[in-house]
Amino acid sequence: MSDQSLADAPDLTVPVPPGPVPSAPSRDQRPEVELSVDGQRVSVPEGSTLLDACRQCGIDTPTLCYVETLTPVNVCRVCVVELEGSRTLVPACSRKAEPGMAIRTDSERVRLSRRMVLEFLASSTDVTQSPELSSYMESYGADPERYGERDAQAESKTQPAKVDNELYVRDYAKCVLCYKCVEACGEDAQNTFAIAVAGRGFEAHIATEFDVSLPESACVYCGNCIGVCPTGALVFKAEHDLRERGEWDASRQESTDTICPYCGVGCTLSVHTQDNQIVKVTSPLDQEVTSGNLCIKGRFGWQFTTVASKAADDTAAEGE
Amino acid sequence: MDLHFTADEPTASEVDAVDAVLGAAESRWHGGQRVDPSEAQTSESGHRTAGQRHLLLPVLHEINGRVGWISRGALNYACKRLEVPPAEAYGVATFYDMFSLEQAPPVVARVCDDIACQAKGAIDLCASLERAMGPAGDGNAGRCGWVRSPCLGQCERAPAVLVTAAGERPWTSVIAPATAQAVEAACSKDSPTDGPQVRESVPQAGQASLQLLHRVGSPSAQSLKEYRADGGLRAWELALDQGSEWVIEQVEKSNLVGRGGAAFPTGRKWRAVAQAGGPKYVVCNADESEPGTFKDRVLMEGDPFGVVEAIMIAAFATASERAYVYVRGEYPDATEGMRSAIAELDSAGLLKRACPIEIRRGAGAYICGEETALFNSIEGFRGEPRNKPPYPTESGLFGRPTLVNNVETLANVLRILPQGGAAYAALGTERSSGPKLFCLSGHVAKPGVYEIPFGATVRELIELAGGVSGTGRLQAVLVGGAAGAFLGPDELDAPFTFEGMRAVGATVGSAVVMPFDDSVDLGGVLLRIAEFFRDESCGQCVPCRVGTVRQEELLERLRSGHTIGTLDHERQLLREVSQVMRDASICGLGHTASSAVDSALERFPIFQGATR
Repeated sequence: MSDQSLADAPDLTVPVPPGPVPSAPSRDQRPEVELSVDGQRVSVPEGSTLLDACRQCGIDTPTLCYVETLTPVNVCRVCVVELEGSRTLVPACSRKAEPGMAIRTDSERVRLSRRMVLEFLASSTDVTQSPELSSYMESYGADPERYGERDAQAESKTQPAKVDNELYVRDYAKCVLCYKCVEACGEDAQNTFAIAVAGRGFEAHIATEFDVSLPESACVYCGNCIGVCPTGALVFKAEHDLRERGEWDASRQESTDTICPYCGVGCTLSVHTQDNQIVKVTSPLDQEVTSGNLCIKGRFGWQFTTVASKAADDTAAEGE
Repeated sequence: MDLHFTADEPTASEVDAVDAVLGAAESRWHGGQRVDPSEAQTSESGHRTAGQRHLLLPVLHEINGRVGWISRGALNYACKRLEVPPAEAYGVATFYDMFSLEQAPPVVARVCDDIACQAKGAIDLCASLERAMGPAGDGNAGRCGWVRSPCLGQCERAPAVLVTAAGERPWTSVIAPATAQAVEAACSKDSPTDGPQVRESVPQAGQASLQLLHRVGSPSAQSLKEYRADGGLRAWELALDQGSEWVIEQVEKSNLVGRGGAAFPTGRKWRAVAQAGGPKYVVCNADESEPGTFKDRVLMEGDPFGVVEAIMIAAFATASERAYVYVRGEYPDATEGMRSAIAELDSAGLLKRACPIEIRRGAGAYICGEETALFNSIEGFRGEPRNKPPYPTESGLFGRPTLVNNVETLANVLRILPQGGAAYAALGTERSSGPKLFCLSGHVAKPGVYEIPFGATVRELIELAGGVSGTGRLQAVLVGGAAGAFLGPDELDAPFTFEGMRAVGATVGSAVVMPFDDSVDLGGVLLRIAEFFRDESCGQCVPCRVGTVRQEELLERLRSGHTIGTLDHERQLLREVSQVMRDASICGLGHTASSAVDSALERFPIFQGATR
């Protein structure tokens, strides 16, 4: 670069504007919207959803495909509520509250739809590792047995788990197609786009391109899909192996929060241990730094703890 | 975007196919050769990538059209060029019936075995084809294979077959009515077989009273010169003269409501989009896929300039910057007619005052007729409906205000402007204004598209089409489409208007009138309808994805007599399945997937006994 061009270069110092530094208005300052939930008047900040309003009233609303950290896709329809003036039920998770709305969360129509959705899912997928779904099934009186057993559903319910790497397992017999993993892999978190929904209708499923194995795909093993899976379809290989051996025991597990030591970002880790072995690592969804997301190192990079303690055991054994 | 690809490479013809849509690759970033070393340090993504995603479906069409299927290497190359993640592109490609992700024969006969064609011998046709050409869907069938297809929109000439041939110059043939010999002959050729003439689909052709079908069969479809000579472009010139506000006022005064099935007031849509800020779009919904419906096909084949003129008026009135015509993939002749009409109007400089008009082809997915699924399809995504609100007039195609109208709806605008909205509104009944197209197929003597002002009864429509054929003894009439309702012989005096149909628990829908004689196994028809919705559900929401499967299973059990528990128990279960689909599904497909079945079970003694 010549001296001439240096002389022509613009001044790079940015003038600081006078006055206080602007900041986003706080949540409380948003105008309020008043609506009625089961006859009860409730006021929520503008932009809130019907689900927010229900929760504010202390009404337990089942959700499956909804999680605070992802864009609502409203596909599971288990959160539907009855909105006065609407021909059909509406999804609470994504419908914005409007002034004067009147919703019912426990009408016969709502209960029937929620029960049917739960029955539909339990009759076509293996929901044994989704305690939340099972407890909702109980409270809504869902009976998945009444549909009988048919080839198509038996096939989808008993397909073998995909074990193609050492870090995590995809057991799509347990998949309820909530789209959360696709969102976490894509635009809402990781921007890797290794998986998408493929096929159509009852044959729709989560897949890599041409269903290639994860090592052949774009997967970077951040495990953020595992973090949002509501049914145990995506699990750590460690958890899968323990369950296969019948040794998985949640009552013997502890969770310890710590900060990931790998880099300077400072992600909170919840390290889940059973018998002093790390079986799973998560991050709290409400954690500011991570929103529940981690990278391959924070999520999976803990084998050395096992190796080290094994080495220590070996040393101790040698000393004896 | 940092994308990861498998090692699979495209063949030369696959590269040619993609390049035919996108132009040759400029650099290695676009899947080409690395020429300039500095390219290793630069990437063009972001805005450019987002701007090209909408070309994914055209690219997949071109690959499938030339090669007959989409290989891993082809998908990789398409994704490199468009910077689309391959997993997403795979998800899109597997959504559409007309794309094959496995090696398939280059020539495929798509044989309609839907309700109208079944009433005219489609089952026997399939059996003959199986004997002659082997099992349906055989990927190793050699040069020619065949597959079963949902309604092809050729119901007036049932049974219908669409032959698609892949190659350097892909071609298609419509064989209707079809015989196994005719299908085999068409498949073994290496050029298209002449199809039936559109004029034959309009038994009233030439009658002076016709307002929407008056040009079908006339030379005006052939060239702009003939179209002008036939009075074409008068509405367009009137619109330019009087201005957009006047146009919208006339559409409002006409009380025209959408002819696609939802019956929304057209003027309200036009007004909302005209008032919205730009950029905005016009979409002509020509994804006519409702079983038994073929009126839009006849309009596009018989009067393509008329349809395009109406789109021009819509774009002018709403100040839209681009218009899209989304034609279903099974309508090659309509697509070609529209394409050449647009090209001719464009080269005559007439689109300048309107806007550029693009054709997009569907690829075999009924759900893409749902307006928001259609937007997703144009944008290069899976055709999954969006949750509403927001409505298209606010946030539609590319997230912008969008006017979306059905073909027949638009065609009415050409009748509204010359006489004024008020005069138009006087035609028909008070609540259902204007001339209307009806699709008559199944057991009628003269099937076809009929035009008559709103107000005629179902009986009058059947008589207009020559009365009940087959055994001559009517068992039931399906009105409105597969998402409509069955009426009994005692309900034929119901007027086929919005209010008249509502009174008998039916809908106008897409104006299907499909009588079945008393030889037809109605239980079988219901099962085919249930199968249709199971196949066409996008799979996004649980009530529809699983509900359509459960509905079909239940009907099968009721039909075979192998029920779980008592008959009453099963019928109660069916009612509950129907209710959750109607109440909790995302879109109209799920809401109406049980309408026809429910209406039939209410009216007819089907599945009453244990075993048939």
